[in-house]
Amino acid sequence: METHDFNFWSVLIAVLGGAIRVGTPFIFVSLGECLTEKSGRINLGLEGNLIMGAMLGYAISYISGSPWLGVLAAAASGCCLGLLHALLCQHKRVNDIAVGIAMMLFASGLAFFYGKPFIQPSAPRLPSIGFGDWSDSPVIRAALEINALFFFGAALAPLLAWFLLRTRWGNAVRVVGESSDAALAMGISINSVRLLSTMAGGALAGVGGSYLSLYYPGSWSEGLSSGQGLMAVALVIFARWNPIYCLYASLLFGAAAAVGPALQSVGIHWGYYLFNAAPYILTLAIMILTSDRRGTLGGMPGEFNK
Amino acid sequence: MLNLRETWFISLSALAVAFVLVGIFFASTGNSAMEVFYSLYRGAFGSWFSWQNTLVRAAPLMLTALCTVIPARVGLIVIGGEGAMVVGGLCAALVGLALAPTSPMIVIAGMALAGALSAGLWIAAVGALKYFRNVNETISSLLLNYIAIAILNFLVVGVLKDPATLNNPSTHAIGEINMIGNMGSSTVHWGLAYGFLVCVGLWILCRHSVFGFAADVVGGNLRAARLAGLPVAKTLLWCCFLGGAAAGLAGMLEIAAIHGRANNSLNAGYGYAGILVAFLARQNPLAVIPYAVLLGGIQASGGLLQRVHELPDAAVYVIQGIIFMVILSSELFYGKFKWLQGKLDQGKT
Repeated sequence: METHDFNFWSVLIAVLGGAIRVGTPFIFVSLGECLTEKSGRINLGLEGNLIMGAMLGYAISYISGSPWLGVLAAAASGCCLGLLHALLCQHKRVNDIAVGIAMMLFASGLAFFYGKPFIQPSAPRLPSIGFGDWSDSPVIRAALEINALFFFGAALAPLLAWFLLRTRWGNAVRVVGESSDAALAMGISINSVRLLSTMAGGALAGVGGSYLSLYYPGSWSEGLSSGQGLMAVALVIFARWNPIYCLYASLLFGAAAAVGPALQSVGIHWGYYLFNAAPYILTLAIMILTSDRRGTLGGMPGEFNK
Repeated sequence: MLNLRETWFISLSALAVAFVLVGIFFASTGNSAMEVFYSLYRGAFGSWFSWQNTLVRAAPLMLTALCTVIPARVGLIVIGGEGAMVVGGLCAALVGLALAPTSPMIVIAGMALAGALSAGLWIAAVGALKYFRNVNETISSLLLNYIAIAILNFLVVGVLKDPATLNNPSTHAIGEINMIGNMGSSTVHWGLAYGFLVCVGLWILCRHSVFGFAADVVGGNLRAARLAGLPVAKTLLWCCFLGGAAAGLAGMLEIAAIHGRANNSLNAGYGYAGILVAFLARQNPLAVIPYAVLLGGIQASGGLLQRVHELPDAAVYVIQGIIFMVILSSELFYGKFKWLQGKLDQGKT
């Protein structure tokens, strides 16, 4: 039983470290989705952006030798996929949810298609900073290995909040999301605002994908993403369309996803698959608890009520 | 709404456009588009052997497509076919194992009932969450897919594991004698007939029953449905239940006709391809049948594309994705062509 106590602490530390390590892609995807949804459109296809970003980021990093170039390429690919989504959804009769599902299928298919040659080779990874080097404990050292992209994402959240609240462009995004009629009256081009928001959101999701293949789990394979792009949609609802809350929620999801591997690392194999489902169960529970029968949530862009 | 001419014309044109795009895609990979199409045709419909291959895949696709089609009648976009299929298959296998010592008839009936009932309730839960808590049905049904697969994996590597299945953890087998056989001398199992009958049955329900009419009203205008005193909650939950039950039956058939035991091959992607079939069929249960055969054919030809053209197996996903997007974009053209409108629709916008 004594060893059990020790296990508890190492599991806790591993989970906290995992919150950052596993949560980082969530930060990017959820901020991207948040921006897109603020403009009054749901992009369910971010899962595809994520997978495409993971593949392209890895491939470019392998070919060029620079992981940061890979991240850029991933962002660019996400941008293009966002553009495609926005162009298809411009028309009233085309359902954005359905297009999202189609984009997910298309982008992941394309990524698997072109990604085949990159499953074997190993590409240069993104560097990380060891904040735990002062410690002798390998558990702490592993938990405090933090990737540079995390800081980028953590800085992006307040930046996006500031952008949405305090800048002219941010206000345009919010007006379009709150009421397309008001936007029309103000002379804001609804389609261009949504186009740019979806493209920027898609680019962020692509960056999140490159983190998956270039840092953690850290190589390209077809089973790399397990629905993070879709969970981000739920996460944004949970975060009440607030970028700062998106950051916290992403860390919470990261922690939930880290429970299974953390338990396995201390030799508890029972229920591995169940613990792996923790983020999905958490998402569902949160959605049930935070939804409201009347359908109006604080912070929800008004266009979703139409 | 009942304009068949317009639907057929636009759907087929969209398919043609999609195949041109697919051709351009394959040409860009350095293959001859025509040769790839020929292989696609050969692998899907070129011989009796490939036809059988196609039809074996079409059977579960018909049923998983219904999981999106029937809830769509009340205006819900449910994409939980994969999870419903897993739950249905798992429960069917459990009941099949429990009933195995009795007669094959009872085993099959019990399995079908268990599969349909469990998966029906699984998707009905999605509908209930939507109705009572306003939880987005698309996301909740998708999350349930992952949860269903986790439960399946948890059980087949744990308490339900047959120790003899080392490499691919599975439950015990339900026994050869309890399996659903093939139709005649073909390699196509009777599940195809099940799928066909369920599609036709649900089409009749949707088109020619009070229930189907109520569902269309609920889907078309919720407030009107409430004002007319229609049982909104009941209609919505039943539609979700029926859709889920169809997908559950697909899972049961995979167990009872092909695998003989529940394992990871239950989540082979039929649920996701079923979503595409549903949108191709424009949420019409009868139109699901030909499109399921088409999609089954594309999937069946994947192997040939790999062997002959050395294309990765993901080529099939790319084809599906392109078709899906073109079909969705084709929604734009409904009502745009005067000469396609039937007399009924003249004068309306």
